[in-house]
Amino acid sequence: MGALKGILRGIMRPSLPPGELFGALAEFATPAELYHACEGVRDAGYTRWDAHTPFPVHGLERAMGLKASRLPWVSLVTGLGGAATGMGLQGWISTIAYPLVISGKPFFSWPAFIPVTFELGVLGGALGAVFGMFAFNQLPTLHHPLFASARFERASDDGFFISIESWDPLFDADRTVDLLRRLGSTGVELVASSSKPAKLPPPSTPGAPGTSGTSGDATTRATP
Amino acid sequence: MSDPGHPSAPASHGPAVLRGASLWLPAEHSWRRLPAIGLVLAVVGLGGSLALGLASEAARPQLWHSWLVGALFALSVALGGLFFVLVQHATQAGWSVVVRRIAENAMATLPFLALLFVPLLFGMGDLFHWSHAEAVKLDPLLLHKQPYLNVKFFVLRTVAYFVIWSALALWFGRLSKLQDVTGDHELTRRMRRASPVALLLFALSVTFFAFDWLMSLSPDWYSTIFGLYFFAGSAMAFFAFLALVVIAARRTGLLAGVVSAEHQHDIAKLLFTFVAFWAYMAFSQYLLIWYANLPEETVFFAHRNVHSWSLATAGLALGHFVVPFFFLLPRTVKRSPTALAVAATWLLAMHLLDLYWLVMPNLHPAGMAPNLLDATALIGSCGLFMAAFGFALKRQALVPLRDPRLPESLTFENV
Repeated sequence: MGALKGILRGIMRPSLPPGELFGALAEFATPAELYHACEGVRDAGYTRWDAHTPFPVHGLERAMGLKASRLPWVSLVTGLGGAATGMGLQGWISTIAYPLVISGKPFFSWPAFIPVTFELGVLGGALGAVFGMFAFNQLPTLHHPLFASARFERASDDGFFISIESWDPLFDADRTVDLLRRLGSTGVELVASSSKPAKLPPPSTPGAPGTSGTSGDATTRATP
Repeated sequence: MSDPGHPSAPASHGPAVLRGASLWLPAEHSWRRLPAIGLVLAVVGLGGSLALGLASEAARPQLWHSWLVGALFALSVALGGLFFVLVQHATQAGWSVVVRRIAENAMATLPFLALLFVPLLFGMGDLFHWSHAEAVKLDPLLLHKQPYLNVKFFVLRTVAYFVIWSALALWFGRLSKLQDVTGDHELTRRMRRASPVALLLFALSVTFFAFDWLMSLSPDWYSTIFGLYFFAGSAMAFFAFLALVVIAARRTGLLAGVVSAEHQHDIAKLLFTFVAFWAYMAFSQYLLIWYANLPEETVFFAHRNVHSWSLATAGLALGHFVVPFFFLLPRTVKRSPTALAVAATWLLAMHLLDLYWLVMPNLHPAGMAPNLLDATALIGSCGLFMAAFGFALKRQALVPLRDPRLPESLTFENV
């Protein structure tokens, strides 16, 4: 049971570095304001932060200064791996394990192996893309400290958010909140971390961050 | 894909407001000379070919084979343009509106390219073994095929192909141009409704055209996938051509703020797709013939696996698929004008080699034999294409001005 709980906790909580504070969450009224705020946060030099929108906002990755994804490389390697597996398996069976003469052709008749090689290549590439995407996004993550914020629910409806994480080298509660306000946020709050229960009340205590049903309790400080 | 939340002016994007100057070919633009240059090349190339080829009896077969390769090269790009326009209407594509006019101008060359096939009809005796009545009498297989493979029906079919293609190109081109004036959205609906039928006609006509003009060069041989093989190469050649035109247009100041790196990226994706699709078709054809190992089928590859032809075969496998596949794979290559122009030029050359490889073993079974006529016929055919394309380019706006999906196309971005 203990092991199961440990695994579940691992799935439920993203791998977050320690600290009492998860970070600052700022809401913006429109995608355009969010876009320009992202440029501001990028230019201020923050590196550990994210933007949350209910739908894709074109060009946001440039405003955020995101680098190209490494996912294509994962897909390329798994795709080539799949193709090599397909060719290798058929080649091994036909030349070493069960060498049979089929319609007078050589044992290693590579043209006949291409269809399976191609299919396994496609399969490998597709699986690599899907599960690589999961891995890079730390999915599945069933719980996240930001869920503690009541207003964050609107990130899947009509809210536009920037969250700056507390272990960003530039993070300073007062100055970061100030920056987000200056960038036009309609509301900034600080959100507690749910990954480090040590300095917080024990998990059984009602209202503990991350375990509480009432999200308002979890914010250590809310600014209007 | 229209995005209500799109910020007004992201970094790399042109303004959504169209600037008049970039929508028409400016008065002093170098592309205004395309028809004149093309016409000179056509007269010199085709006239030179005829002069060289008809000078002696011995040179005549070379003339018609070279002429066929050149004519097919220009024709395949134009057919690819027709295919592109039809598919954009059938799928109601939004992204492609800003480049659709270029494809419309490419397909507008089809009635003119028909002229290239008129002289070829007089060269049938040198091209097609089955066109000789005495040869047919000696070959039971040809006798069996005679109801289909005979000169009269062949000419009739060829006329039908060009009538179908020209009619489709003229009709879709005319409606698109009409919309520039009226802005009537109903025209878009009419083209969409007609496009599936047009695609069916296109698929059948291109398939039988390939059977007639390429496959019947070796009349005992057959491959049911051959039409698709020719189509795959043609569509790929068109996307290479489209990429080159778009890159050249942006270099020379045309379509500024209209066609962006995003559109180029999508054209490159389609080019990449058809590189893979061509290989899929080519290998599908090869695999079945190799596996069954029937002499009447393997003869096609047997002729192309001897002497210097085996070099061309290996060259196609590598240069038409393996190398461009991996070269075009990264996103940065698709978005770089220089890298994409290199790939597109290379692939057009490979497409030419592909056509040469299909036609010439018929004349030179002992190996590749480059001839001056190959060059003159190619220059002449491309000149005619260039003249017709440049002529169409001058006469209308560079983009469908009042297409209802133009705003969507202007702000298109790859997510």
